[in-house]
Amino acid sequence: MAFEIIESCVNCYACEPLCPNDAIYQAKPHFMIDADKCTECIGDFMDAQCASICPIEGAILDDLGTEVNPIGSLTGIPMELLAQYQAALDATYQAALNDKSA
Amino acid sequence: MDLPVLNTSEAAESGGGCDSHSCGSTGDQLGHLPEHIREKVHNHPCYSEQAHHYFARMHVAVAPACNIQCHYCNRKYDCSNESRPGVVSEVLTPEQAVKKVMAVAANIPQMTVLGIAGPGDPLANPERTFETFRELTEKAPDIKLCVSTNGLALPESIDELCKHNIDHVTITINCVDPDVGGKIYPWIFWKNKRIMGREGAAILIEQQQKGLEMLAERGILVKVNSVMIPGVNDAHLAEVSRVVKAKGAFLHNVMPLIAEPEHGTFYGLMGQPGPTHEELQKLQDACSGDMNMMRHCRQCRADAVGMLGEDRGQEFTLDKIEDMEIDYPAAMVKRAEVHARIEAELKIKDQANAAKAELAKAGWVAIQGMKQDAPKLRPVLMAVATKGGGVINEHFGHASEFLIYEASGHDVRFIGHRKTLPYCDGGDTCGDGESALDVTIRELSGCEVVLCSKVGYEPWGPLEAAGITPNGEHAMEAIEDAVLAVYEEMRVAGKLEAKPLMQQKAA
Ligand code: SF4
Ligand code: SF4
Repeated sequence: MAFEIIESCVNCYACEPLCPNDAIYQAKPHFMIDADKCTECIGDFMDAQCASICPIEGAILDDLGTEVNPIGSLTGIPMELLAQYQAALDATYQAALNDKSA
Repeated sequence: MDLPVLNTSEAAESGGGCDSHSCGSTGDQLGHLPEHIREKVHNHPCYSEQAHHYFARMHVAVAPACNIQCHYCNRKYDCSNESRPGVVSEVLTPEQAVKKVMAVAANIPQMTVLGIAGPGDPLANPERTFETFRELTEKAPDIKLCVSTNGLALPESIDELCKHNIDHVTITINCVDPDVGGKIYPWIFWKNKRIMGREGAAILIEQQQKGLEMLAERGILVKVNSVMIPGVNDAHLAEVSRVVKAKGAFLHNVMPLIAEPEHGTFYGLMGQPGPTHEELQKLQDACSGDMNMMRHCRQCRADAVGMLGEDRGQEFTLDKIEDMEIDYPAAMVKRAEVHARIEAELKIKDQANAAKAELAKAGWVAIQGMKQDAPKLRPVLMAVATKGGGVINEHFGHASEFLIYEASGHDVRFIGHRKTLPYCDGGDTCGDGESALDVTIRELSGCEVVLCSKVGYEPWGPLEAAGITPNGEHAMEAIEDAVLAVYEEMRVAGKLEAKPLMQQKAA
């Protein structure tokens, strides 16, 4: 029973000091949760602390691998706009990669 | 002894022509403040329009975490080409930050203020923020400290703030009404819970107001920043201004929303427009009242280094400061000398201003050659290219921003600044088929004159065609004197009774 931080984490540090079990640590390329220490905050708080402050949708998964903060739940940005934005970002990124290899 | 015969208007000219850099309100913008506050802010580049030409500030990015979400912020965004609050490329540890501050202070003696503003919220990172302040208070006591916060954690941080003797706090207050707040803040983190929408906004507002009152009670200067979001809080900000002034804020600074789709923010993606220059100016005028606004605010990045509007951060990256040997006690001596020199210069200017004000009071005409018909003249906006020092000393093509002044029948006042792309960097950098010159011309809309130390042949035609007269005749002159001189030329040429060129064309 443990939460997990995945690669969309932007290393903002917000979750780290909140964990009642010191389960979160700074690592490369992003913060990590020590699965042995994480209790999902049960017994300490009503809500998992890391997932309650994390500003990045989808960066934290529960023990079933489900996004605790799904897309659109925090920013209120409609899904299709986000998808468009992501596609544009990816295109820019790809163009930059192509430029480099050219 | 032969005296030349003077007619009244010449006498008035010589009376008004004293060497002062500020006429009326701009030079005197701190005049209404009590002495102890003036003492604190007179050499603070963020608070004093005059000081920002001479002194520099820096921010260090030690505070990555945030406890709220704003619709104009995207925590994923990180780009060193962007110059917006909350945007920063390198998060520093307190030790690195202290080293960087001392390196900058030793190399840029004009740096008087160190601020922590992000990239998250400083008070949501209390250990990192206060560790930095503690070290700096001890090692570099000649640097003023300030902090900029969303206010949520302010009440609980006040005791700690007072300990570090931080005398300036900026609170970003966008609303005092939770219904408005619900449209700006999607969530806050409060007492171990994420609280969404209006409910969260209500708590945030309460904490901000409480924090403001507590700071005012303890004699700590509070500046309030507001982001103007058209259709969301623009009509509400006059009320915000009234409330925060009543609670003791000494400055209220209204800034424009910056929202572009490529920022990936809620407002950016939803197509929320920012205010036009005119809308912003109108609101700033409505809010200013007897409290002067920070028209010169540049909305610096959270890791900005240098004079307002410039960023020398690249000279002080981590690997570069690693190699710097800093003898701070020696630097402090040099810094004190530089500060004393600038202070002396500012003092002379103050005296000149005071003398001028005396003249005006005594019934002399305060402004060069402008007589009773002056108030009937229409005001004119002029753009100025400057590298600092209060003089016109930047080439048109090198300017990445212009200061905007308004000359009118009774004074010259500083209105704000407009950023652009340096024309000489070439037109192909800005995409969308719009050249750098097009961007500049668009940014300078409403201005009738652009003053710079030099302007090339090429931009001349397009500028004139856009109704903006380029003028390189006042290089190295004090800005406000030059603006006034050009205004006077326009008056003599009869241009001030007529409508501006562009409006004539449109009509
Ligand atoms: S869920 Fe709770 S215990 Fe687990 S890492 Fe997050 S804060 Fe720590
Ligand atoms: S709060 Fe979220 S984004 Fe920030 S460090 Fe933790 S997991 Fe990463």
